Amino acid sequence: MSEESGLIYRISGPVVTAVGISPRMYEVVRVGDEGLMGEVIELHGDQSVIQVYEETSGIKPGEPVVRTGQTLSVKLGPGLLTQIYDGIQRPLEDLEATMGVFITRGVDADGLDLLKKWEFNATVSVGDEVSGGSVIGIVQETETVEHRVMVPPGNSGKIASIESGEFNITTTVCTLDDGTEIAMMQEWPVRTPRPFVQKYAPDVPLVTGQRILDFLFPLAKGGTAGIPGPFGSGKTVTQQQLAKWSDAQIVVYIGCGERGNEMTEVLSEFPHLIDPNTGKPLMNRTTMIANTSNMPVAAREASVYTGITIAEYFRDMGYDVALMADSTSRWAEAMREISSRLEEMPGEEGYPAYLSSRLAEFYERAGRVQTLAGDDGSVSVIGAVSPPGGDISEPVSQGTLRIVKVFWGLDAGLARQRHFPAINWLSSYSLYPQALDQWYRDNIASDYPEVRTKISSLLQVEAELQEIVQLVGSDALPIDQQLTLEVARMIREFFLQQNAFHDVDTFSSLNLQYTMAKAILTFQEESEKAIAGGAGLEDVVNVPARTDLMRGRFEQGYSERIGELLGEMSKQIAGTMEEN
Amino acid sequence: MSGKEYRTITDVKGPLVFLEKTEPVAFGEIVQLRLSDGSMKNGQVLDTSDDRVIVQVFEGTASVDKQTGVKFLGDVFRLPVSKGLIGRILDGAGKPRDGGPEIVAEEMADIIGAAINPYSRESPEQFIQTGISAIDACTTLVRGQKLPIFSASGLPHNDIALQIARQAKLVDSDDDFVVVFCAMGITAEEYNFFVHDLERTGALENAALFVNLADDPAVERLITPRLALTAAEYLAFEHDYHVLVIYTDMTNYCESLRQIGAAREEVPGRRGYPGYMYTDLAMLYERAGIVKGKKGSITQFPILTMPGDDITHPIPDLSGYITEGQIVISRELHQKGIYPPINVLPSLSRLMNAGIGEGKTREDHKSVSDQLYAAYAQGRELRGLVAIVGEDALNERDLQLLKFSDIFENQFLRQSRDEDRSITEGTLDLAWSLLTNIDTKYLVRLDQKWIDKYHPTERKS
Ligand SMILES: Nc1ncnc2c1ncn2[C@@H]1O[C@H](COP(=O)(O)OP(=O)(O)OP(=O)(O)O)[C@@H](O)[C@H]1O
Ligand SMILES: [Mg+2]
Repeated sequence: MSEESGLIYRISGPVVTAVGISPRMYEVVRVGDEGLMGEVIELHGDQSVIQVYEETSGIKPGEPVVRTGQTLSVKLGPGLLTQIYDGIQRPLEDLEATMGVFITRGVDADGLDLLKKWEFNATVSVGDEVSGGSVIGIVQETETVEHRVMVPPGNSGKIASIESGEFNITTTVCTLDDGTEIAMMQEWPVRTPRPFVQKYAPDVPLVTGQRILDFLFPLAKGGTAGIPGPFGSGKTVTQQQLAKWSDAQIVVYIGCGERGNEMTEVLSEFPHLIDPNTGKPLMNRTTMIANTSNMPVAAREASVYTGITIAEYFRDMGYDVALMADSTSRWAEAMREISSRLEEMPGEEGYPAYLSSRLAEFYERAGRVQTLAGDDGSVSVIGAVSPPGGDISEPVSQGTLRIVKVFWGLDAGLARQRHFPAINWLSSYSLYPQALDQWYRDNIASDYPEVRTKISSLLQVEAELQEIVQLVGSDALPIDQQLTLEVARMIREFFLQQNAFHDVDTFSSLNLQYTMAKAILTFQEESEKAIAGGAGLEDVVNVPARTDLMRGRFEQGYSERIGELLGEMSKQIAGTMEEN
Repeated sequence: MSGKEYRTITDVKGPLVFLEKTEPVAFGEIVQLRLSDGSMKNGQVLDTSDDRVIVQVFEGTASVDKQTGVKFLGDVFRLPVSKGLIGRILDGAGKPRDGGPEIVAEEMADIIGAAINPYSRESPEQFIQTGISAIDACTTLVRGQKLPIFSASGLPHNDIALQIARQAKLVDSDDDFVVVFCAMGITAEEYNFFVHDLERTGALENAALFVNLADDPAVERLITPRLALTAAEYLAFEHDYHVLVIYTDMTNYCESLRQIGAAREEVPGRRGYPGYMYTDLAMLYERAGIVKGKKGSITQFPILTMPGDDITHPIPDLSGYITEGQIVISRELHQKGIYPPINVLPSLSRLMNAGIGEGKTREDHKSVSDQLYAAYAQGRELRGLVAIVGEDALNERDLQLLKFSDIFENQFLRQSRDEDRSITEGTLDLAWSLLTNIDTKYLVRLDQKWIDKYHPTERKS
């Protein structure tokens, strides 16, 4: 038996051991008579341990294992957007065409359509000096996204020939003086981060339109965030909101070990949702990876790498990319399952000892960078975490929190009260505000950071006062503290709560968020004055214009009307003094 | 295909048999064991290599010895499926239990089942009326959903499941459901209760039953739900049936899973359950849904009893992470004598929004449901306060909400076991009439336009 092929020695679930073959680590091999795709994950004496990306039942020891010489890679080029893939970049649409509605096995499908022709427009000329990452031409991939065809990393030289026109993605469109041929498609191994020149500290916010996120716990472009929460607390809804409304140019959405119907929902909804930034369907900027809970775990393990490699590729074109992974816990469980089949020494709760380093490596692939071409690009990563029993003292939550800079903690209690998004404003945090404050001052309002500080300290004070209220009732508090409670209630009900399913409320611009926050502070100031002037607390709280101001956020054109509503509220509050 | 018989068992541990063999055996292959007394057992290959094969024995390993003959049948586990399954009662391994003939197979279906391509799914959005107000109003079920009942021992989850099975229907359609019922480790008494009820209402003729009882082999429970779901898929996707799968009790299933894990000396996850339990459960629950180009559908009602009434226990916890909501049965309500004792507050239907509203249930449904929920939640909270400070400390609004929480439990939740309420007159109108106990100015979740249209005393017409 040659080195190129060997035999199966053992099969245990998704893990197959082969003998008589000496592949490299992470090499892709073909397993069994059906040639199932697998990846070498351990070399052990004369045995090669392989994780198999498809169901293994019915496979026998003695069947062949064949090397491919390739490491697990994705195909990168025009055609990625609007696609939905499984964890190893097989287009689900193609799988349906070949297998029907159930995913069987033994079918290969290229990540990109190799025959489809795209209009390639060269942007460099013969004689130009180029190197890895240089953009040599563009393709209008979707209505809104221009695909920038780049020299694959590691190549450089002078352009010897280049041609615009209609080509498929494997046709050479450009040659370099050293003979290197460049097509619109390139491949990249998923477990290797794509290169860049340097990382910058993020200083621009990723605007999500979600008030509690943007205003209190902002994420920067190129930043990392974790969303832990028990089942049903809103991780998926939050991730989908980010996929819909964040001001990234490209979105990569990974459904990792979650529900099939959730992916269907995204698929049916996104083509009809309009991107507020481009006015075109959101699908145009989106790539999806769906490896649901019942699909093979090894492919689930790979899915986050497939996703982040695609994200980096668009980053390298100079785009701001946002990647959501729902849920990283299911990815970690896939690692655990494979690790236990390998009979590795388990760490905490059976997870492999390398869990936290894998998590760190993954989030480390986020960042705002100077690309090889010298542009600015970013990958922001937002990972959902599903802690057992909702208790975040477990390894995946803890491993994540050690790395990410933003923690959006979902709270079962808030979800049960139907306070959505159920993000706990006391335990959540973001480490970015300092880096972003200058941007807010320049682009939104010069006192933006101060307004935020006031709002969050009101919430802190409320929490302290609530402890007293629990003991003595709110009537026992002095009137100014009772007012503070009312202001805090207004923050919660009017500002923090945001209905993802309401056409208007689902998204608020930063300007509107700031104006709403200011409106709350105005209510506080005017009420203090009125109360000092003899008005009762009930009077100021119950002015009809305040209800109008608060309800108004569900109506179109609120941004234009809020100033007027606020003026009316102030007038009515001032009026409460005269009545007394 | 009948291969040769080996007598090479080296170890027997719990439900597992280890043997050395000569020829290659496939992963997942079905195995037949012939004991010295001539009796037969069935099993399945869990691990296979050139040197050693591990077999999980469904009927348990009692009486297995080193002389036991082991035969590998050269195929994975398959169920003979046909329309003839309807009206039949099978045991936990798929053999007739009703004295009837063997099922004449139209097809031999692999029971593991393949994953539905997410691209090929269709979003569930058709309202199923269960006739139970708590469910229809607050945790609305839609066709193709997986909605478990989180219960606990001694609570009437079986009555609720049966009532749903009897009453479930689509409004404005005469499509009927067939019921696939799967029993895992329940007592003979519970089983009889199900069968008698299905018989009494004539539903048995429209049902297929897969039955593993408490005194049947525990390991067999790992295949019973797979048989049931394989039958369901066949009926739904080959014969256009709308199938309602009820399986009980998932807790027993998970215990069997734990037993296998322990016997294999696997590194356990939380509380001794295998680390792959999430994936394993997903391979069952995800077999619900609707797919493009097929008329039928699979709706799942798994029932599980929460050990120690603890919703954070791995069984309900992992289930909740996979299913599309949950219906939570409350011991407190049950003790108050309320049937069905559904606590709507921790209950949730994630697909509800897609299935309600104009043209589906009624335009005011969402508003009414939000208002019921908010008023009941506040009322219940006030009960705690009143216990400390007394009713005198409450203002008018709080008094009304407090009173409402009792009215809600006694008149809205409470209904009889054969009371089938329609969504409009039976449930939503009832909700409106109960909400008259609260001043409209406190009903902030209700849109004014619905008050104008539906409020019994405030409406404008
Ligand atoms: N921002 C929101 N606005 C309105 N409703 C929400 C919001 N967030 C969550 N919900 C409600 O909570 C339900 C559960 O949310 P979601 O599916 O996101 O939970 P999850 O944390 O992803 O749960 P799991 O871990 O089981 O996947 C939703 O179906 C919806 O009813
Ligand atoms: Mg989710």
